Amino acid sequence: MQPSGRQEESRQRDGRYEPWLKIAPEFNEPAHYTGESPSGRRLSYAEAIREALVQAMEIDSSVFVMGQGVDDPSGMFGATLNLQKRFGKERVFDTPLAENGLMGVAVGAAVGGMRPVYFHNRPDFLLLAMDQLVNHASKWSYMFGGAVSVPLVVWACIGRGWGSAAQHSQALQGLFIHVPGLKLVMPGTCFDAKGLMLSAIADNNPVLIIEHRYNFRYKGIVPEQPYRIPFGRGVVRKPGKDVTLVAISYMVSEALKAADELTKCGIDAEVIDLRTLRPLDKEIILASVGKTGRLVVADSGWKTGGVTAEIAALAAEQGFSGLKAPVRRVASLDLPTPAGYTLEDAFYPGAKEIVAAAREIFSWRGSVPEGA
Amino acid sequence: MEPPRETLQALYRAIFRIRRVQLRIESLYRLDEMKTPVHLCIGQEAVAVGVCAALRREDYISSTHRGHGHYLAKGGDLKSMIAELYCRETGCSKGRGGSMHLVDTSVGHIGSSSIVGGSIPIAVGLGLSIRMKGEDRVSVAFFGDGAADEGVLYESVNFAILKRLPVIFVYENNQFSVCSPVSSRQAGEIIFHRTPSDLMHSCVVNGNDAVEVYGEAETAVLRARGGAGPSFIECKTYRVREHAGAGSDSSGAYRTAGEIASWESRCPLVILRDRLRAERNADPRELDDMEKAVDSEIDEAFRFAQESPLPRGEDVHLHLFCE
Ligand SMILES: Cc1ncc(C[n+]2csc(CCOP(=O)(O)OP(=O)(O)O)c2C)c(N)n1
Repeated sequence: MQPSGRQEESRQRDGRYEPWLKIAPEFNEPAHYTGESPSGRRLSYAEAIREALVQAMEIDSSVFVMGQGVDDPSGMFGATLNLQKRFGKERVFDTPLAENGLMGVAVGAAVGGMRPVYFHNRPDFLLLAMDQLVNHASKWSYMFGGAVSVPLVVWACIGRGWGSAAQHSQALQGLFIHVPGLKLVMPGTCFDAKGLMLSAIADNNPVLIIEHRYNFRYKGIVPEQPYRIPFGRGVVRKPGKDVTLVAISYMVSEALKAADELTKCGIDAEVIDLRTLRPLDKEIILASVGKTGRLVVADSGWKTGGVTAEIAALAAEQGFSGLKAPVRRVASLDLPTPAGYTLEDAFYPGAKEIVAAAREIFSWRGSVPEGA
Repeated sequence: MEPPRETLQALYRAIFRIRRVQLRIESLYRLDEMKTPVHLCIGQEAVAVGVCAALRREDYISSTHRGHGHYLAKGGDLKSMIAELYCRETGCSKGRGGSMHLVDTSVGHIGSSSIVGGSIPIAVGLGLSIRMKGEDRVSVAFFGDGAADEGVLYESVNFAILKRLPVIFVYENNQFSVCSPVSSRQAGEIIFHRTPSDLMHSCVVNGNDAVEVYGEAETAVLRARGGAGPSFIECKTYRVREHAGAGSDSSGAYRTAGEIASWESRCPLVILRDRLRAERNADPRELDDMEKAVDSEIDEAFRFAQESPLPRGEDVHLHLFCE
């Protein structure tokens, strides 16, 4: 697919040749929450991802895009729209329904010096590829003492609503956060969707990006030039002093709504968007908990053994002295997703549950917000 | 050999009924009351009907996201199915499953999977249970050409052959997985047609001709019941509607309106009607009466569903495990 000289070049990932180093890291997202509308070019969530892909493919000829339906008229929720027209069938191609086999193919291509971006519609279908993703991709560097790298990006989007039901709406980040050797990224804004995608492609290791379908309703400020958002750097979306709301991906929006609601009850909540789960920005969580003394963790996945459990454990292990009240977790019920909408309403947590959890903390042993 | 008139009529009625149910779903879907992703099998009914006509009530089937036809052809309860599409407590899955997860164990339908290929090995496992319990049953796996891309099909077929299980693989080749034609996903004709016939019987039929499908299914069922092992029936058919939802999908984005029209003219109902008309003593009124009866049954099923209660939020925890 590539002239061999080029392959050699991109194989040299120890910094001698690295087109990716030219892209500046970017820490400062234009205010996402302040209420004012900062100026800048606005893109939809899908356009932001697509722009990252286009720029990555222009920067580095070893980047290619594969997956079921990446060449569909609808272009994977718009994220891969017309990419094939632009970059051709060699670099943007549809795959058979062979998730595990093709995951292995992607791993092999990555080992061979390419940078595949493998699109899966839903995390549910990733389960068919667990063997290659968990037994192979995420072990290959360690198992061989760092001799072989797997610069692979895997992308999947959590479905929700419309009776998607048990096999088309699973939020499986809790499964994947368990796996060492796999980076786990969950953007929550258009700005992050682009910057984290570029970082993922630039990374020399397997990175799983889990999106949420609801994020595709957003439009936001996205700078035109390529930029990379460093992994393991969360961001305070709204500062506050009484309680810390930690969330990721779509749940950040719910946490922000909850924060608004809490303001009305005199509770000043701080909202943290983690952006990546592996690596996890422990400092930002612990610093905030040290300040507020109270923590609510919200996630779209299951509660037991999931993301909220991990973060609650972090607070208990490393932030205990700062805590004024027990940690509360807001997560999906430990059930398969039901189809019916009345059941969906009961199943999915949101701002309402986050507010309830925060208020509950304040009623704990009569603890009240300072200054309230 | 042409089957007897009663058989032709029964096939026609079954296909007509599934078609009318699909059309009713399609026309009501826009009202936004069936909040579940539907995958209609309009134009593909002859596969389900032809195969199930060769089965007994106690025989098993495993089905897919595009499973309305399989469910109804096997004798699944219509009211429960429509109620499931309306996500009601009276639905076959009590509103937990939706359109892609139908079930009716009373007729051997053990539940459909929306993970493509996921139900194939389960049908093989049912075959294994039949063998181990010494039952006189067969097990059918319905699956599409998308599922035929999956490695699990190979694994399943191999095991069924290895153990000579009473399994019938019904490869419903409707030529597309969403917008991807089978020719862009598979390197050639499916490999299982090259299996030696003493290991597995295989054939290709016109999947729009219920009589042809029925004939081959009978052969396969006989073989399975006789202990001779699995069969693989490829039914060539065509998805005339959108992949999901209630649209016509003739935008030309990945196939032409002409192609769709040419398949519509080879609709299973047209083919059967021609066969029935070719009969000497055909009575056109007979079909009319039958069609009216079907429509009123459908009216009633939709009324039942619409009037049924929704599951209560506080009951969301029920059924995680069986008692
Ligand atoms: C393992 C898996 N991969 C992808 C999907 C997404 N998907 C749902 S239906 C479908 C098409 C399947 O095609 P086919 O098996 O031919 O059935 P058809 O829809 O044509 O009836 C796809 C790709 C899925 N549900 N499961």
